Amino acid sequence: MKIDKRVVGGVSVLELEGKITIGKGDVALREAVQQLLAEGADKILIHLERVTTIDSSGVGELVSAFTTVTNRGGKLKLVNLPPKVNDILQITQLITVFEVYDTEAEALASF
Amino acid sequence: MPEHELHLTVGSRFENVELVQAAIDEAIAARGADEDARHWVGLAVREAVANAIKHGNRQDPDKRVDVAVLIDSEAVEIAVADEGSGFDPSTVRDPLAPENLFRTNGRGIFYMRRFMDEVSYGSTASGGTLVRLRKRFAAERTNGQEP
Repeated sequence: MKIDKRVVGGVSVLELEGKITIGKGDVALREAVQQLLAEGADKILIHLERVTTIDSSGVGELVSAFTTVTNRGGKLKLVNLPPKVNDILQITQLITVFEVYDTEAEALASF
Repeated sequence: MPEHELHLTVGSRFENVELVQAAIDEAIAARGADEDARHWVGLAVREAVANAIKHGNRQDPDKRVDVAVLIDSEAVEIAVADEGSGFDPSTVRDPLAPENLFRTNGRGIFYMRRFMDEVSYGSTASGGTLVRLRKRFAAERTNGQEP
């Protein structure tokens, strides 16, 4: 999985591309979030438009990132979920846990 | 349509999850499975093989995962066997229970059951776990849209 990082108006945006799956993508996501937290980031937006596959390990990593950031008083939100990623979060009712936005502008304005 | 069989044996490394999924995807695509079926079968296969490597074989590089695939015009059947010490699926927590919603693991079997038409657990002759997955092609599901 490829991860691009940028900061927009004080929000750290992680753009994920490829597979968030066991062994590689899940580890890459964990490391990227940990690095942002180490740098003091407390507003994180994860951009999922170019994610092709997410498995239960990837979902677990998203949950872990959400709880870690929230427990530190920060906010982690999701934007641009592809339909199949949306389905995955929907069927385990995690869609109700995350704040999910359709566009980056809406998501950024919500922080 | 005549049956098509595929048999794979891989080592307990996570990169082999990719390999098994790709091989099965190619096989079911060649038998006419649509894009949705390929995606959900692929994810279920990933979960089954990842569980075999992680929980069954505990990533022991000397232990193998066997995958047997049978495809005909109606369905694909996949059997994934590990060399672990067995597993009781009834011990898995309900991932939808409010107290489990924030757990970082425990969703793999739930996903498999949602993506496939049939999922069953058994034991291999040596006491490892054998999980069988079945998906009918273009199946009419009774609970709405897939998955």
